[in-house]
Amino acid sequence: MDNRQRLKTLLTIGLIIVCCVSLFFAESYLDNFKARVLNLAAIFVILGASMNLVLGFTGMFSLGHAGFMCVGAYVSAILTMSPESKEMIYFMEPIVPALANIHWPVLPAIFMAGLVASFFGFLIGFPALRLRDDYLAIATLGFGEIIRIIVTNTITITNGSLGLKNIPSIKSMYLYWGVAIITILVLKQLINSSWGYAFKAIRDNEIAAEAMGIDVFRHKLLSFTVGAFFAGVAGALMGHLITSIDPTMFRFLFTFQILLIIVLGGLGSLTGSVIAGLVITIMMEVLRFVEQPMNLFGLVIPGIPGMRMVIFSLLLLMVILFYRQGLMGTREFNWDWILNKLGVKPDKGKGVGANG
Amino acid sequence: MANTQSLLATDNITMQFGGLRAVSNLALKVAPKQIVGLIGPNGAGKTTAFNMITGVYKPTSGRIVFDGNDITGLKPNKITELGIARTFQNIRLFSSMTVLENVLLSKHVRLKANWLEAIFALPRYTRSRKKHIEECMDLLDQVQLADLAHEQATSLPYGKQRRLEIARAMATQPKMILLDEPAAGMNPQESLELMDFIAKIRDQFNLTVLMIEHHMEVVMGICEHIVVLDHGEPIAQGTPTEIQNNQQVIEAYLGAVDESA
Repeated sequence: MDNRQRLKTLLTIGLIIVCCVSLFFAESYLDNFKARVLNLAAIFVILGASMNLVLGFTGMFSLGHAGFMCVGAYVSAILTMSPESKEMIYFMEPIVPALANIHWPVLPAIFMAGLVASFFGFLIGFPALRLRDDYLAIATLGFGEIIRIIVTNTITITNGSLGLKNIPSIKSMYLYWGVAIITILVLKQLINSSWGYAFKAIRDNEIAAEAMGIDVFRHKLLSFTVGAFFAGVAGALMGHLITSIDPTMFRFLFTFQILLIIVLGGLGSLTGSVIAGLVITIMMEVLRFVEQPMNLFGLVIPGIPGMRMVIFSLLLLMVILFYRQGLMGTREFNWDWILNKLGVKPDKGKGVGANG
Repeated sequence: MANTQSLLATDNITMQFGGLRAVSNLALKVAPKQIVGLIGPNGAGKTTAFNMITGVYKPTSGRIVFDGNDITGLKPNKITELGIARTFQNIRLFSSMTVLENVLLSKHVRLKANWLEAIFALPRYTRSRKKHIEECMDLLDQVQLADLAHEQATSLPYGKQRRLEIARAMATQPKMILLDEPAAGMNPQESLELMDFIAKIRDQFNLTVLMIEHHMEVVMGICEHIVVLDHGEPIAQGTPTEIQNNQQVIEAYLGAVDESA
């Protein structure tokens, strides 16, 4: 009976090996620019997956993701920068003494960034999650902006609008993709657990979920906090990838870029977010040529910055008009699905008790 | 009635929505293992009464005591944990889930592990989860839905969706179940099956049943005690025969007849 189960385990191990090998080759042979784009894709995969947990699986229309990224990016940057560069960068007003001499390794700093972001998520979620739908969207949008404005004004901690430079740079794809894979695995486990079903129940029918004994508010808060955690982690990675951050990076427009990924990938599909995250980040770079001056059959078009976003907007419009469920809908791209497509018979009566 | 220990007792509960008194001074006593019917014309406040008992609304005044606990104004999930389960007038199944997953959800609060244990699939969680899956399959077997366990819940035919909703409510291991129009939209054959089903689960699970129903055949067929509401006020209580012969009830349903003429 467990043939199929064994096959799936083998396939999973195979996939992990393929991932490792391709990561190894990418690490060794890709040039700097391509590696950087792929690392950015890993960050967007983390962002998309974590926002999908909140929006797609729990059904909370929250738009504060960029705010939590901001928190994560700053926490990790302040923790990892060397005391000397801190002294140099904080020239307007010196950094508070408590933070001046902290010099953490990168991994614990990234983890800490996630924790602090999730703490902020908890603080914001506590009042905001009593709201629903559009009201929640507006409230979280506002809170996200509040975070950004606090960061701009706490100059002795964040260096205000001057931003931070000289953040320790990390180029290793292993870190970015490693964190991305861990994120996906953790979210997959959570979503397939009893808690994940509780989240989906709240999304499907809040009243019924409550009547079945689920503490709706606590579950929403959990989902929101976990989402904020991974947003913080992604923000931290972003800081280490581009080595300089400032508050304007984390405008709410950034949240819409993530929203684009999860809508195109399918609200409520983890694998959809992964695929869309990869594809959209790569397309962002590939489509740069449309912003160059062009000569179309004698028609000379001057380079217009922002043309790429026009293409994405059109794409989004198409998806919403004709293919509303996105690439994957709420389905997942998993072995069961592939095996069914390939015609491998499923085990009859799997998980069926007594007289199934 | 008065000397028997009642499982659920409402002490003159009133629900006021602005100027509208949806339910006023409802005193309901339900003894353990009884099947009680709550009937009345449309808009009489039956569902409002249900919503007060299950915590969706907080009564404007009055007290609700269940199994020795004062449950007035508690949150719905707390009331479910104490042992009151319910179904809905308009079926509210979780549309993205299968039949088994719908039922399994009711076991979520009984899980003896936290969410971190679930993420790392630690033994305490997996064991507890496995036990719940077995229990739910047994339950589905008893309500004859086991062969549909892996079907999408909303793809089931109407009658079976109703039965699934009852099964889902029963999976919370309630002492008492509130059924809001379980026979709505059913044909006579299905309603007959439903009556047998309700009587069966009552005996099998030692349940107390409080139901709202418009199908008089169903109500008169299985209810041992009936409460009639009209315009938010209880107008009669008694056995089915008493209710059938009660002048006030007939007037509430059919309108008053001027008999002096």
